[in-house]
Amino acid sequence: MILTGNHAVAFGVRAAKAEVVAAYPITPQTQIIEKVADFVERGEMNARYIRVESEHSAMAACISAEACGARSFTATSSQGLAYMSEMVFWAGLGRFPVTMAVVTRTLAPPWSIWNEHTDILAQRDSGWIIMMCESAQEAYDTAIQAFRIAEDLRVLQPVMYGLDAISLSHTAENVNLLDQEVVDGYLPSLDPNKLPVYIDPDRPITFGNLLGPDRMMEFRHLIKEAFERAKAVINEAAADYSKISGRPQIGLFENYRCGDAEVVVLATGASSGDVKDAVDNLRSRGLRAGMIRLKTIRPFPGEELRKAIGGVKVIATVDRDYSFGFGGVLGRELSACLGRYVFRYIAGLGGRDLTVGDFEGIINDALQRSEEKRERDEEVWWGLKEGE
Amino acid sequence: MVFTLKDLAVDEYFLPGNAACPGCAATLALRIALKVLGPRTIITIPACCCSVVQGYYPKSPSRVPILNMAFAAAAASASGIVAALAIKGKENINVVSWAGDGGTADIGIQALSGAAERNEDFIYICYDNEAYMNTGTQRSGATPRGAVTTTTVTGKQERKKNIPEIMIAHDIPYVATACTAYPLDFAEKLKKAMTIKGLRYIHLLSPCPPGWRFSAEKTVEVGRLAVTTGAWILYEWMEGKYTLTGPSRGLTDISRRKPLKEYLIMQGRFSKLSEEGAKKLQEDIDLQWKRFDRLLRNTSDT
Repeated sequence: MILTGNHAVAFGVRAAKAEVVAAYPITPQTQIIEKVADFVERGEMNARYIRVESEHSAMAACISAEACGARSFTATSSQGLAYMSEMVFWAGLGRFPVTMAVVTRTLAPPWSIWNEHTDILAQRDSGWIIMMCESAQEAYDTAIQAFRIAEDLRVLQPVMYGLDAISLSHTAENVNLLDQEVVDGYLPSLDPNKLPVYIDPDRPITFGNLLGPDRMMEFRHLIKEAFERAKAVINEAAADYSKISGRPQIGLFENYRCGDAEVVVLATGASSGDVKDAVDNLRSRGLRAGMIRLKTIRPFPGEELRKAIGGVKVIATVDRDYSFGFGGVLGRELSACLGRYVFRYIAGLGGRDLTVGDFEGIINDALQRSEEKRERDEEVWWGLKEGE
Repeated sequence: MVFTLKDLAVDEYFLPGNAACPGCAATLALRIALKVLGPRTIITIPACCCSVVQGYYPKSPSRVPILNMAFAAAAASASGIVAALAIKGKENINVVSWAGDGGTADIGIQALSGAAERNEDFIYICYDNEAYMNTGTQRSGATPRGAVTTTTVTGKQERKKNIPEIMIAHDIPYVATACTAYPLDFAEKLKKAMTIKGLRYIHLLSPCPPGWRFSAEKTVEVGRLAVTTGAWILYEWMEGKYTLTGPSRGLTDISRRKPLKEYLIMQGRFSKLSEEGAKKLQEDIDLQWKRFDRLLRNTSDT
């Protein structure tokens, strides 16, 4: 079926049989919740759809529905995610396995509807598992896998997954959908009795009343442990999904031709296809290049990446985000996990186009800097127009 | 139906040993509310005094499930609960938001308005202690004119926001006011609300000894004076019709109201109120009664 990334998510959510959807429109995410509303109104999805008045309320409703045992979903973007942020933390720290699609978009001001990853990365300490999709197919696949990961008893944390604005959200491609029975076999229905918080008058509990300094660290530590276990669960979810779908198994990250690479670039999201093309082009010219496509950003697969590329001579990172006063989030995090400097590139902010040529340029630039023995901590704003 | 003490369940669902201040009217009202609502109830509580009143984990004074929620999110949370219960086919469970005046009149009004516009099927109870008491008495939209708070040290300059009227403007099926000093009037309204579908709103005036600055044993007395002086009007609104209830019946006749001064003088928060300030406050109240009188007459015609 030919689907945009947004519609692919909606089809995934339908296949996953989400039971409560609470959502508020925001460009460029709106198509997701429009399509889901369409499914619900046509009776193709047995779900309650709450047309809330804000994203803050959307997440509050999802959390509360999940607390009462209903599989819950929402989608948002940029300003909406920032507005929702208090409740995003509430879901993560309260361990409500909600899932959410985030169409990554530049935060204003000035107004912009174009792509950037700063919105989703600003939620990185919220207790959510965070993933990024490469294609509409992967958006569909991830929408289904997200529920399985979130609801896994070893995890029980919410999952958000990003789709790059426009280039993925609004770009149509062929998406293979799974038969409903196949999805049902992969994703059993949610057993509320296994939730860490289940609000039920038959077994009354109080959730979230005061907790003193004597116990809070232990509560946080439980979440830390869940995130450690989540890595294996994410890989299992990907492996089992691969079995039912025949699609590549991509859990924490995709290792693209890094085996013998002398230069590796790490990136995430929809432009990964262009990075792979750049890698292929450079390889055809005799340069042993490789790419790591980060699928899962939280938990950050630092140890796994160290094993995969820790010894590669030249490593470059491409961040489509920025943490002011610190740098690109992924570059800094990779550098910290590897215990070495990497060449950190900031590119494509505010939706500026990134082409295969840009990625070839970035890889060549990193090589050149390395040859110049510029091993110091270095950040390049790629394509910055000087003097503007 | 007239509610009598005998109609109130003997069972307790909100237990003693909680962390409420002495003389807390809101906690007393929660205890009574749960006696009326019974065990098949889910409450969602945003940030407010009653988030603290529950005391420290792992203990809880509540025998019904409580979902604590962020400040602005009470009505959205209840909407989510209602949706989940519906999709799960769970019936005959009362879903209740129990929120303070800050979480209702100020930060929570957006979510509440949204839920009201969607006519979500739950009961929203605002216990109104007329300031941010949980954080130490800062003024809220529900603080009356002239009251001293820590952020209005010479007394609030503005009128109290009229939330019940705002809820009536949403045309939801049931709106009522109540006061903790008249528990049976409150219980009767809650009981009635339980028989109605859609969003039901009860605005419950809850005197607060530390915030209003009176001694704890005066909680009931202060609440009664709020009503008998006409400062707080007990009524319900249903299908476009206003009805005065309890001691507020008959108080449209100004001569039957006790002097406002009797209510003000009991409370330290009005101690800085000038003659002129008291006059303005009286005017606020008279204006509300005048409007009310008109509404009563208009609706009795229909």
